[in-house]
Amino acid sequence: MSMRGKRLAYRLTTQACLLLMSVLLTGCAGAQSVLDPAGPQADRISKIWWLFFYVSAAVLLLVIIFMLLAVHRGRVREKGAGDVPEVDEKRGSAPDANLERRMTNTVTGATIITVIILLVLTIASFSIGRSLSSSMSEKDAVTIEVTGQQWWWQVRYMDANPGNIFYTANEIHVPVGQPVTLKLNSTDVIHSFWVPNLVGKKDLVPGHDATIWFEADRPGLFRGQCAEYCGLQHAHMAFWVVAETPEKYQAWVAQQRQSAQEPSTDAERRGQQVFLSAPCIMCHTIQGTPAGATIGPNLTHVASRITLAAGTLPNTRGHLSGWVVDPQAIKPGNRMPPNSLNPDDLQALLDYLQSLK
Amino acid sequence: MAETEGTMQEKIDRSAVDNDASAVALMEERERAELERTWASPKGFFGWFTNTNHKDIAMRYIVTAFVFFLLAGIEAVLMRIQLARPENRFLGPDLYNQIFTMHGTTMMFLFAVPMMEGIGLYLVPLMIGTRNVAFPRMNAFGYYVYLIGGLLIYTAFLLNVGPDAGWFSYVPLSGPAYSPGKRVDIWGQMITFTEIAALVGAVEIITTVFKQRVPGMSLNRIPLFVWAQVVTAFMVIFAMPSVMLASQMLPADRLINTHFFNPAEGGDALLYQHLFWFFGHPEVYIIFIPALGFVSSIIVTFARRQIFGYTALVLSLIATGFIGFGLWVHHMFATPLPQLGQSFFTGASMMIAIPSGVQIFCWIATLWGGKLSLKTPLLFVLGFVAVFVLGGLTGVMVASVPLDLQVHDTYFVVAHLHYVLIGGAVFPLFGAFYYWFPKWTGRLLSERAGRWNFWLLFIGFNLTFFPMHQLGLKGMTRRIYTYLPETGWGNLNLAASIGAAIIGVSVIIFLINVAWARRRGLVAGDNPWRADTLEWGTASPPPSYNFADPPIVAGRYALWTMTAETPVLKGLSTKRREVLVTRVMDAEPDHLYELPGPSIWPFLLALATGETFIVGIFTPWGFPIGAVLSLLALFGWFWSKPKSEGGTAADSRQEQSLLSLGEAQGLPLKKGA
Repeated sequence: MSMRGKRLAYRLTTQACLLLMSVLLTGCAGAQSVLDPAGPQADRISKIWWLFFYVSAAVLLLVIIFMLLAVHRGRVREKGAGDVPEVDEKRGSAPDANLERRMTNTVTGATIITVIILLVLTIASFSIGRSLSSSMSEKDAVTIEVTGQQWWWQVRYMDANPGNIFYTANEIHVPVGQPVTLKLNSTDVIHSFWVPNLVGKKDLVPGHDATIWFEADRPGLFRGQCAEYCGLQHAHMAFWVVAETPEKYQAWVAQQRQSAQEPSTDAERRGQQVFLSAPCIMCHTIQGTPAGATIGPNLTHVASRITLAAGTLPNTRGHLSGWVVDPQAIKPGNRMPPNSLNPDDLQALLDYLQSLK
Repeated sequence: MAETEGTMQEKIDRSAVDNDASAVALMEERERAELERTWASPKGFFGWFTNTNHKDIAMRYIVTAFVFFLLAGIEAVLMRIQLARPENRFLGPDLYNQIFTMHGTTMMFLFAVPMMEGIGLYLVPLMIGTRNVAFPRMNAFGYYVYLIGGLLIYTAFLLNVGPDAGWFSYVPLSGPAYSPGKRVDIWGQMITFTEIAALVGAVEIITTVFKQRVPGMSLNRIPLFVWAQVVTAFMVIFAMPSVMLASQMLPADRLINTHFFNPAEGGDALLYQHLFWFFGHPEVYIIFIPALGFVSSIIVTFARRQIFGYTALVLSLIATGFIGFGLWVHHMFATPLPQLGQSFFTGASMMIAIPSGVQIFCWIATLWGGKLSLKTPLLFVLGFVAVFVLGGLTGVMVASVPLDLQVHDTYFVVAHLHYVLIGGAVFPLFGAFYYWFPKWTGRLLSERAGRWNFWLLFIGFNLTFFPMHQLGLKGMTRRIYTYLPETGWGNLNLAASIGAAIIGVSVIIFLINVAWARRRGLVAGDNPWRADTLEWGTASPPPSYNFADPPIVAGRYALWTMTAETPVLKGLSTKRREVLVTRVMDAEPDHLYELPGPSIWPFLLALATGETFIVGIFTPWGFPIGAVLSLLALFGWFWSKPKSEGGTAADSRQEQSLLSLGEAQGLPLKKGA
């Protein structure tokens, strides 16, 4: 019988150890990881995570150890004792008064410790929470408006000079070491903006404006993804944050402010004509051409982006071609219709789109 | 069992006992036959629809809810197959979204709440020593409404009109603009049905417990199981109206162009979230608190000692019930809400860990001081402690605003909620199945299969859900039908899918065990576990009238403190469905009350209710037609009430005998109201 108890004890302790180990391993790096912070916001949260984690691991371990000890004790007692259930109300069977008193003290003590632990965690949580929001400073900040739509992100870089405002999609470039203020809103359903390496999430609720800020303290590529279920293609609503040195960032901004590059070869010129005469023009803008619709992402500098279709495909010619011809096969239910182009037109269109650096 | 306890006791001289044993036996036999005739459930096909016996209705709840559990489990397995590999094409986004919506909706509304209430409706009247619930016909009505809701949503799902906006159906996604068609309407009406059923069950349990306890069972002697059911029932009464409001306003927005949640017309999408989570968070406790009742029952029985800290446990249950209503905003920390408000909800969310902690400590103390026999039910309880404590600790994490902003809506929360709900409710539920199956069927489940069942569930569960913590921290968001290979989530997802298969095997073992035990299981007898609560003081399965003579309770552990001389309750009519109504605090006899018998009207009223909401999805005419039909059904219902309902016609002779019996036992009886 005690064999079984030991086996149980062994199983449960191995379980607990495995559990501990596998969580400890979560510290590994990644482009979309809570525990690999690349900015002060995420850094503070990761610190409080480790506090909560170690406290929780200790509590769990203690509870399981005490439970297993209790089981062991209870089984030993079972062998020695008679058959009478221990009840105060029945004469001659009341549980051992000394043991009851000791247990009362232990339970009271454990409860007090629980309260203290919770108090400490609550205070830690409050103070981190305050530091996350209070250090928001608008001045010197890069201000970016991010609008969630089914199923992509419109990004608009604000500027005091309206002529300097520009649009991009599914990609946010930020300078290292400078705070970034994000004005978030949604035009359709609720989405949620989240870049785990940089900042916790914020919901984009139609009719409620939201603002968050973050700062990147090292260059890098960080992946973000919509965190609030938003319909069919919620799974494919990602974006990248590109944190780069201020110089590189300024160069990128200067380039994005330009209108689209004029087509320079015959193929590109033909491609532009295809774009302007095909359904593309109904939804997309290319600055500097007659295409000015805002239903789909702005394509003025589409060739400069890392991915297509909101983080779904790498931005290569092959993927671009597949996406233009049959977007429904890649991202079923998205708002872009299939386009049947003859092969020459398609190649020309690809040439043109790929020239839009 | 009573004999063994009895031999330990000194004989107490009792003059009231009749000495002529054979005459007594004959009289008792005649009495029982008469009771059986009076309380017998109607037979046959037609009889199925008129039955009002709480055990039959409750068993329907349990079986139906378990079928829904299996369906939702199959849905879970399908999702795990889809997510096992990156960019898997097993399910498309449309089907996947329907399936995850159905999984959540089924587990929360069609499995967990009805299952917990069903077990309560079966056991509560037995544990408090009465013959049926307070409103037997309404009880039957509740079941039919629930069944109609469940059939509606699964019929729709099979016709590819399954809801796909999540079990929470947030607006505007679930609104008319972004969810055209009937999918969300069906979801909304199904919610309404199951909430009606839940409210009915809650009213039954509260009234039955407060007014029908056997004499002697004062409030401080109620078994913890019953306390848990009462606290849950009160939570249901306060929480469900909020979601019914939401589930009516949403179809109104969709069907008759109201704008409650439409920001363009001055409505507010966050209003819906408040209404939903004001129900949604207490819902978790509505599922979890009854399970605490199972745990307490099982621990007392298998530790063979009184529970440690009865009062602390009862107060913890009540505190959980109250604080449970102060947490809902922690589901909304990422929405644009003022920070001060959020801090309040962090405080409340942390605070609820205190009563949970107290309960865990008290249970461990009970085990510590007990004499354990490590049977399957207790094994599930030990598994519950390990799993639930981990879930509770991650719950403390998501209560913290900064941490929640990172893990909210990720697989970390998926892990957390399954640790809390499977750990907190399903482990105790399986324990409860092994524990009460002999009472329900008269036969014991196999212990050996039970151990396989437990260990596979425990290992499979941890393999499925533990890696999800890590996935969440690595950025995997919830409700995505696929993910890219470069996210690096593939291996952990594969592990989770293998775990899900192990859970599936474990559940299949349980089903085989049940099928086997129903025919070949060991015959249990009245009280195979030598337990303390009253349901074990009658036959297994219990007769239709529950107890021939319910024993009068002399302590918290009714059967353990019972002796051969413990008085029983005499004087209830054997010719009518009569129960004794007692007072709320000390269960002193108050008056006799005749409960209504079988009736077809609850079923017909449920059909009328069903017509109202189902036809209402397609045409507003559903409502006026439903109103007329309901009115007719209600006429029939009240027309056919028993002549003596309301206690007015209670036989004065019987009341007299009851009172004299009470006086002989020194019970503080008073004349009925």
